[in-house]
Amino acid sequence: MPQLHFQDFPPQLVWLAITFVVLYLLMSKVALPKIGQVLDARAVRIADDLDRATKLKDEAAGVLAAYEKALADARAQAQATIKAVSERMQKDAEAREGALAKKLVADTEAAEGRIKAARDQAMASLSQVAAEITRAAAEKLIGQPVNDAVAQAAVAAAAKERA
Amino acid sequence: MAEKAIDPLHQFEIVRLIPAKIGNLDVSFTNASLWMVIAIAAVTVFLIGGMRQRALVPGRWQSMAELSYEFIAGMIQDNVGSSGKKFFPFIFTLFMFILFGNMMGMVPYSFTFTSHIIVTFAMAFVVFIGVTIVGFVMHGAHFLSFFVPKGVPKIMLLLMVPIEVLSYLTRPVSLSIRLFANMMAGHTMLKVFAAFTVMLGIFGVAPLAINVALTGFEFLVAFLQAYVFTVLTCIYLNDAIHLH
Repeated sequence: MPQLHFQDFPPQLVWLAITFVVLYLLMSKVALPKIGQVLDARAVRIADDLDRATKLKDEAAGVLAAYEKALADARAQAQATIKAVSERMQKDAEAREGALAKKLVADTEAAEGRIKAARDQAMASLSQVAAEITRAAAEKLIGQPVNDAVAQAAVAAAAKERA
Repeated sequence: MAEKAIDPLHQFEIVRLIPAKIGNLDVSFTNASLWMVIAIAAVTVFLIGGMRQRALVPGRWQSMAELSYEFIAGMIQDNVGSSGKKFFPFIFTLFMFILFGNMMGMVPYSFTFTSHIIVTFAMAFVVFIGVTIVGFVMHGAHFLSFFVPKGVPKIMLLLMVPIEVLSYLTRPVSLSIRLFANMMAGHTMLKVFAAFTVMLGIFGVAPLAINVALTGFEFLVAFLQAYVFTVLTCIYLNDAIHLH
């Protein structure tokens, strides 16, 4: 068995020691620190990114809340403005309506007054006309002039009788 | 051809490529030495080449380099805990050296230096001595309490302590023989079936098929034995650091 050739042991041990020590130095001084740095850098980077993401998320939530608050404020203000304007308009309309109604009442009263005056006047001239007609008719019937006053009294009496 | 076919152990022979001596010490550069050098070069290229871009989002090569780092770091964390961190470079070197030695041995015409008991024993012995030193440095003479099981009747200790000591002392033996025997048996078997393939002519298809399966199996064993060697080292280290 070649593994038990004792004269082959020393060169194998010597070269095992040389290569193993060289590999150990290469690993511990060069390769492993390099890999370790890269892994650490990655871990730090990932942690940073996660932190930043959390912060940004919080910020976004804040902005959203502010936006919603602004929106709600604007809506409330608009509501208030609409309410104020519509109240004012309603008040104006009421005032104008009141004034118009008052004017209409006054106009109606004035017109009624004028109508009454006109009717009184008409009534007055009617009795005078009636008296004239009565006098003229009486003159034709009796062939002599009739006193105005008598005619008037007769008309008044007749009017009273009919009324 | 026939001679080779009946000598499956030929592949394990040490060939002195550059004979050399320092005093009485034979320091010849052998085929084993060559493949050790190739293995450490490959490990170095694999790791440093993979990390040359230091990308935040790793590519395939960098991912593999990082994976090997995290694999061993996780193994130490699981088996030893945070106090094992300072042994990380050693454990990592051990794992990569054995893994690449095993894997390179799967290349045809290459040489598997982990199939030599002297190599695996030397590594196991270094681990054994190192772990023992760590135990004494961390706990002083108290480390000897490791050999005294707790909650055992005094009289039983007469039996238990020698057993514990013996089991401790056989660690480097079992550790080295496990790796060496696995690598040697696997490669021998591959060679035997390859020889059958040549000898049987057209019927060699059957051993060829077996050899294909065995090759896949050998890759598994190559990884598994590197893993087992390393994980046992971690467990021994844990024993030394935390006792029982």
